[in-house]
Amino acid sequence: MSHVELQHITKRFKTVTALRDVSFEIQDGEFFVLLGPTGAGKTTTLRVIAGLEQQTYGHVLFDGEIVDDLPPPDRDIAFVFQQYSLYPNMSVYDNLAFPLRAPMRRMSEAEIRQRVYQAAEILRITHLLERRTSHLSGGEMQRVSLGRAIVRQPRIFLMDEPLSNLDAKLREALRVELKHIQKTQGSTTLFVTHDQIEALTMADRIAVLNKGRIVQIGNPTDIYDRPATIFVAQLVGVPRINLVDARCDDGTISIVNSSVHLPKPVSGDLPRTFKLGVRPEHVQLDPQGEFVGQLLLIEPLGVESILHIKVGQQSLVCTVPGMTRHKLGEELRFNLVRERLHYFREDGIRIQV
Amino acid sequence: MARFEEVGPRSPIIESTRVDLVHPRARLGVTIRAIVAIVIVAIMLFPVVWLALTTIKTRPDAVAVPPKFIPYFPDGLLSDWCMVPQLNKDGTPKLDKNGQPVLKERAECFDVTLEGIVGLFFERRTLTPAQQKQYMESPEFGWADRILLKRGLVITGPSDFVNRFRNSLIIAGTSTVLAVAFGLLAAYAFSRWDIKGKPDFLFFILSTRMLPPVVVTIPIFLMYRQLGIYDTHIGMILLYTVFNLSLSVWLLKGFLDEIPKEYEEAALVDGYSRMQAFRKVVLPQAATGIAATTVFCLIFAWNEYAFSLMLTSDVARTMPPAIASTQGAGGLEWAIIATASMLFLIPVVVITFALRQHLLRGVTFGAIRQ
Repeated sequence: MSHVELQHITKRFKTVTALRDVSFEIQDGEFFVLLGPTGAGKTTTLRVIAGLEQQTYGHVLFDGEIVDDLPPPDRDIAFVFQQYSLYPNMSVYDNLAFPLRAPMRRMSEAEIRQRVYQAAEILRITHLLERRTSHLSGGEMQRVSLGRAIVRQPRIFLMDEPLSNLDAKLREALRVELKHIQKTQGSTTLFVTHDQIEALTMADRIAVLNKGRIVQIGNPTDIYDRPATIFVAQLVGVPRINLVDARCDDGTISIVNSSVHLPKPVSGDLPRTFKLGVRPEHVQLDPQGEFVGQLLLIEPLGVESILHIKVGQQSLVCTVPGMTRHKLGEELRFNLVRERLHYFREDGIRIQV
Repeated sequence: MARFEEVGPRSPIIESTRVDLVHPRARLGVTIRAIVAIVIVAIMLFPVVWLALTTIKTRPDAVAVPPKFIPYFPDGLLSDWCMVPQLNKDGTPKLDKNGQPVLKERAECFDVTLEGIVGLFFERRTLTPAQQKQYMESPEFGWADRILLKRGLVITGPSDFVNRFRNSLIIAGTSTVLAVAFGLLAAYAFSRWDIKGKPDFLFFILSTRMLPPVVVTIPIFLMYRQLGIYDTHIGMILLYTVFNLSLSVWLLKGFLDEIPKEYEEAALVDGYSRMQAFRKVVLPQAATGIAATTVFCLIFAWNEYAFSLMLTSDVARTMPPAIASTQGAGGLEWAIIATASMLFLIPVVVITFALRQHLLRGVTFGAIRQ
């Protein structure tokens, strides 16, 4: 296991710059998640670390040593691809044994066997070992892919959206399994995803990437409770954060085009116009609530229900536990949790208050 | 039919997995398709069948009008049917001195002879009738000699055929292996790396195919004379390899493009070098493409006529010009030409048959995936 560091990585392709000055560190045994939308440069980051892509500027360090010039086989990493990573003309056993059979490792067949069975047991795929990979289901395939990574003890696991091609149930199951394996093996893992739930549930730390730049690095609580930009605030959290235009006049904050007026927070300066962010769970229904709105739409999800409340010209989304008895068009009273409000400048940067 | 009317649906089912529920009209369609297929196969195979029949014909039978297509062995298979009694004008069978009916051959029958096959392997010389009679009585001639003696020919030595055939095998085989091997390496590079001026290179490679071979034979002939590789195996192998390279690079690039590069990248991070990954991961998956390319290259090199005619005379002469220039004593020896052509077909058929499983997928150029 090891410590990985990226220093000012910039990667340019012919016409596009995929990564701009990306720097971060992954601690030994950490589950580090790279979160970002499609095209943010997540996969490129992985490929640069793996050595499959050469960075234009910057350095990659493993345990404090620069490995920029090491080819992929010598970097001692494991890569789980989004798809296509199993060899279709080999059995599951041979697929798992393939990394161990690399000539550079000179491992005896007996040891390979032992390691393969050990990995298969961890992933509960022992019964599949003799099968051809073309006869596996998607979940089984991805398990075998993970198996190919854990048969050897690499310095770092790189996972490129390993769960995104699976159906929702399997994804949930494998998510839990993956986190369990990572914690019991104590392996350093860099996990790439565009799914904020995967990021929040599995990560020790998350780096949010957008258009080739790191936007924010922090643990899931930081990312969720103190998003550095509007982009991060909107990326994490379902349903999405409520984001409304607001004005600040002599000590009162008012949401534009609505009847909602709040006192200004004691500390911190707010510009005249800004964006106000409210997480749906911080819009709380209360019969004695300060504000009033009209129920516009209900999305019952079972565990919770999402209510869309119209306040003036604005619409706020709020979640309530379980199914709701409220009717469409009903007048609802609610409160906003003041200490959990987010303030952003017009250019998207968070205002600390 | 009855069952169909009892339980079948009101409107015809044209496609069904249940044989008993297929409408008779649909079944008729299958029959028609089968018949059409058989007719097409018969048309395609006819020249080959005709070639095979010609190998066992005498020279007059080979060019007989109307054509003869039923072989028989004298006093053996089919001879009873093929030999019919000759009739007098009044319709009674003609009898010979001993009172036996005189027999004659039906017009569509010919008797089997091996003179074409023997003639292919040996040089022959014409005998005078007196010599022929004398030689026929001599006990020192073997069966092969006797077949030709009946035609008034005597064997004077082995022919060039074996040598030509070996030349074809060596030249076509080696150049195919080289063209596919080099083509594979070049195609892999073109498929996987950003090479400066890649489109130009690819176009250049293809452009070597744009001139008809005949146009460049004279310059190549002069070059070969200067270099001292005129009429050598090396010279012909070099030439066919170069000509096949354009085809193999383009074909194989298409096949390699189909193989996701993630496979090799997975092997790379798993600790394999680029060449090891190529051998262990890419090669097995490219088998289909390699097989298809091999067959195409082999067919070109095997059948090539113009270059061989111009650039070889004896040592390295291959089969195609040799067959064309087969001469007999006083006229074209159709049986010899047919026998040579039949033997010439065999290697390509064997290779194609051996690789047929790969070819089915390969010649569709990756349209059907695994």
